[in-house]
Amino acid sequence: MASSQTLPRSGTPGAPATPPAGRARRAQRPVFLIAASCLVAALLAMPLVFLLFEAQGAGASAVSHLIFRSLTANLLWNTIKLTVVVTALCAIIGTGAAWCIERTNLPGKRVWEILIVVPLAIPDFVVSFGWASLWTWVQGFRGAVVVMTLAVYPLVYLPVAASFRAADPGQEEVARSLGVGRFRTFTRITLAQARGAILGGCLLVAMVMLAEYGAFEILGYQTFTTEIFGEFSLSFSVPAACALSLVLVALSLLVLGGEGLARGRGRVSRSGPLVARNLPPRRLGKATLPVLACFALLVVLALGVPVGSSIYWIFQGGTHALSGVTLPTAALTTAGYGIAAAALDTVLALPMAMLAVRGTGRIRHVLERSSYLVLAMPGVVAAFALSYFTEHYANGFGYQSAPLLILCYAIMFFPLALVGVKASLSRAPANLDDMARSLGQRRLAVLLRVTLRLALPGLAAAFCLVFLSVVTELTATLLLIPTGAQTLSTQFWAYESNLSYGQAAPFALVMIAIAAVPSYVLGRFFNRSGNVEGISIT
Amino acid sequence: MRPGSSRPGREAARRLSAGKWRAVAAVAGIALAAGLLAGCGGAASGADALTITLYNGQHVQTTDALVAGFEKATGINVSVRSNDEDTLADEIVGEGSRSPADVILTENSQVLEYLQGKNLLAHVDASTLARTPAQYDSPQGDWVGVSGRVSVLIYDPALIKESQLPTSVMQLADPKYKGMLAVAPQETDFQPIVTAVESAYGQAATLRWLDGIKANAGSHVYPDNETIADEVNRGAAAFGIVNQYYWYRMRAEIGAASTKSRIAYFAASDPGYVVDVSGAAILKSSSHQAAAQKFLAYLASVPAQEIIANPAKSISFEYPIASGVTTLAGETPFDQLKPYPITIAELGTGTTAVTLMREAGLL
Repeated sequence: MASSQTLPRSGTPGAPATPPAGRARRAQRPVFLIAASCLVAALLAMPLVFLLFEAQGAGASAVSHLIFRSLTANLLWNTIKLTVVVTALCAIIGTGAAWCIERTNLPGKRVWEILIVVPLAIPDFVVSFGWASLWTWVQGFRGAVVVMTLAVYPLVYLPVAASFRAADPGQEEVARSLGVGRFRTFTRITLAQARGAILGGCLLVAMVMLAEYGAFEILGYQTFTTEIFGEFSLSFSVPAACALSLVLVALSLLVLGGEGLARGRGRVSRSGPLVARNLPPRRLGKATLPVLACFALLVVLALGVPVGSSIYWIFQGGTHALSGVTLPTAALTTAGYGIAAAALDTVLALPMAMLAVRGTGRIRHVLERSSYLVLAMPGVVAAFALSYFTEHYANGFGYQSAPLLILCYAIMFFPLALVGVKASLSRAPANLDDMARSLGQRRLAVLLRVTLRLALPGLAAAFCLVFLSVVTELTATLLLIPTGAQTLSTQFWAYESNLSYGQAAPFALVMIAIAAVPSYVLGRFFNRSGNVEGISIT
Repeated sequence: MRPGSSRPGREAARRLSAGKWRAVAAVAGIALAAGLLAGCGGAASGADALTITLYNGQHVQTTDALVAGFEKATGINVSVRSNDEDTLADEIVGEGSRSPADVILTENSQVLEYLQGKNLLAHVDASTLARTPAQYDSPQGDWVGVSGRVSVLIYDPALIKESQLPTSVMQLADPKYKGMLAVAPQETDFQPIVTAVESAYGQAATLRWLDGIKANAGSHVYPDNETIADEVNRGAAAFGIVNQYYWYRMRAEIGAASTKSRIAYFAASDPGYVVDVSGAAILKSSSHQAAAQKFLAYLASVPAQEIIANPAKSISFEYPIASGVTTLAGETPFDQLKPYPITIAELGTGTTAVTLMREAGLL
C-alpha cells in the first residue's frame, strides 16, 4: 500500500493525504448501510404489521376459526400443487433455454435471447385471457400450469443465463481433462455453478405464484390469493382476509426456508476473479433442428398466443367504449407510475444489497431474506395496509394520491430490485472498494465511481424488472389510484371483467408494447454485463 | 489471459460505461418529472366547476352513461372511482369521517344496508325516494333503489335439456346434477339466494343444501357471474345460477350467433327466484350534500331510468324500477316476474348467508 501515496489522486482538495488506520477499520462496520437497510425493512414490514393488527383486532378464536375451516385444506393443496409444478417447469425451461443460448452454437441467438425474455412483459392476466378466451380446456389446474409457466419462466432464464455467462469455464475444462463424461460434467460442474441462479429464479417464481391473482381469476382456479381477494370483496370481512393472508405468509416462509436449505453453504468460486472468458460453444449438430423447433414452439406459445388473441379480439370489435380516459392517457399514467416506482426501488435496494453482498453477518442475512416475504403478499394486502396506516397515523395525508400508490408499488416489488442490484454488486469485489479507499478516494466517491459503476447493469435490470411489474399491476392500483385516473391495467380490467374483449384487447397490446422495451433492455444488459465487469479488473 | 486485447477494449468499455451513466441520470430525471406529472394529473380538472366523487360498484359502462347524462343536465362534474362494491364499502368504513366519497352506487342492497347499519349514510330527499316503489328503497330512507334484476338459470342446451333443469333452487343440491352445476359463491348476487333459502327452510336445511351444491359444483366454482355465463356458454359447465342481465349483456357483446346458452326461470315464488336491487346513497361525511342529493334525484328520474331501460345506451339490461319507466330490452317485463316474496330488510347485509357458506366450505 506504500505505493498508493505516490499515485496521483483525483480526490477532493480537502481530503487527508493518507486515511488513518483507525478510520479504515471503522469503515468495516457499515453503520450507515445498516441504518438505511433497517429503515427500508421497516417500510417493507408494513403489510405484515397491518395483517397482525387486523388479526389481533378480530381475536384469536375468530382467527383460528377462519384459518382452520374446511376450505383452507383445499386451498392449501391447490396452491402448493400449482406452485411446485410451475416452479419445476420454469426451472427446466429457463435453465434449458439459457444453456442452449449461452453455451451452444444455436443459430439466431441474438433474436432468441430477446424473444425468450419478452413474455415477461405480458401481464399474467393477459396471458390467461389470451388462452382462456380462445380455448375452453384452458381452465382450472391444467390451464393455470400452462399459463403461469409461460408467463414467468423468464424469471429463471434471466439469472441463469447471466450466471452461465459469468461462470468460470476452467472448471469444466479441468473436469473434462480429468476424464469426466460430458453429462456428468454438465450436472456436476455446469449446473452446480448455476445452482444459486437457478434457485434464486425459482424463489422468485414461487413467490410470484403465491401472490398471483388476475390469471387465476380468469382461469377459475382457486388459490389462497384468490380466496383472500374474495374475502376482501365479500361481506366486509377484512379480518377474515387478513387471517388467510397470514397462512400465505407462513407458506412463503416455508418457500424461503426451503430455498435457503437447498442453497446450502457452498460458494461458487473462480480461479481468476471476474475474468469473462467464453468457452467455445458446444456444437448442436443433429440436434440443431429439434432445438430450434423447441425454441419456436416456446415463442409461439408464450408470445404468439397472447398477442395473437389480443389482435383477434380487436378485429372482433366490441360495443361501447368508456368515455373519459383514452388509451394514450392511460399509457402515459402507467409509464409515469412505473418509472417513478422503479427509480425509487432501485435506490432503496442499494443499501440492503451492499450489506448482503459485503457481509455475512446473521442480521444482514435476516434483513435481506425477510424482504422477500413481501413478494408473496397479494397487492391488495399491501394497498390496504398503506391506506390503514395513512388513515390511522397520518390523518389521511396522501390517501389516494399518486405518491402513495408509487410507494405501494415500491414496497411490493422491492425484492425484484434487490435481486438485480445484488447480482451485479456481488461481481464487484469488496477489496476493490478498499483499494479505492486506500488510494485516498472518499467514501461517496468510491460509491459513485467504483461500486455503482460496476453495479450499473444490475441497477438497470432492477429498474426494468420493477417497471415491468408496475405496468402489469392491477389490484393495489384499483385501491390506491387517485380518483379519476386510470392505468392500462385498470382500463383492461374494466372491459375484460364485463366481457368486452374487443375493447380490452388494445389495452393489453399497449401494455405489452410498453413493457417490451424494458424487457429488451433487460436482456441486453444481462448480455453485456459480462463485458462491463470484465473491464474493472484486467 | 489475452493481454494484447485488453487495453483498447478497456478504454472503449469505459467510455461506454460513462455514456450509460449519463443515460441513467437522464432516466432518473425523466422518472422524477413523470412521477410529478402523474401525481398532479388528477388535480388539473374541474377547478372551476363543482365536482362530486362517486364510489362506483355498478358496471362501469352503465355508470359511465348515467354520469355523462347527469353532468350534461346539471353542469356538476362527477369523479368516478370504480372497484368491487364490498371493497368500496370497506374503504369507506376505513376512511370514516374523512371519506373522499360523496355518493356510493352499488349493484346490491346488502352493501348499502351495511353502510346504513354503520350509521354512515345521510337521509335521501323524500321527493327522490317517492320516485321508486317503497319496497325497493331503504326501509330507513337512507338509500334509493335505482335498478333491479332477477336470478335465473343459464344453461347449455347441448349439455342439458330445458325439461331436465331444476324448477326449484332446492334441486340444485340433487346428486343427479353432480359435475353439471356452476356457482360463484364469492359473488354478492349469490347471497340473496342463500338468504331466501334460509328464510324459507331454516339454517339446518340451508346448510345441507349448500353441502349438496358444493358437491355438485366440484371444480366449477367461479369468481363471478360473468365467468359463469362465459363458461356455460362455452360448454365448460351444463348450467349455473346468475342474474338474468349477465346473459343479455354477454349476448350483446358476443352476438346472438355465438350465444349457445339460454336462460330459464325457476317456478313462481321459489326461493331461488329473487329480485336484487341496485341502489345509491349519500355519505354523511360528504361536504357536497346538495349536489349529491341532485345526483340521486337524477338517478331515479325519467331520463336516467330511460338510459338504464335502453341497452343501446347503457348495455345494462337491468330493469329500471323508478319513475314508471319500463325496459326496452326484449326480456320478460319486470311486472310479469313472479319472485319469492322477500323484503330488502330481510335480505339485510347477507352476513348470515356468508356464515353458512363458510360453514359449508364454499367460502
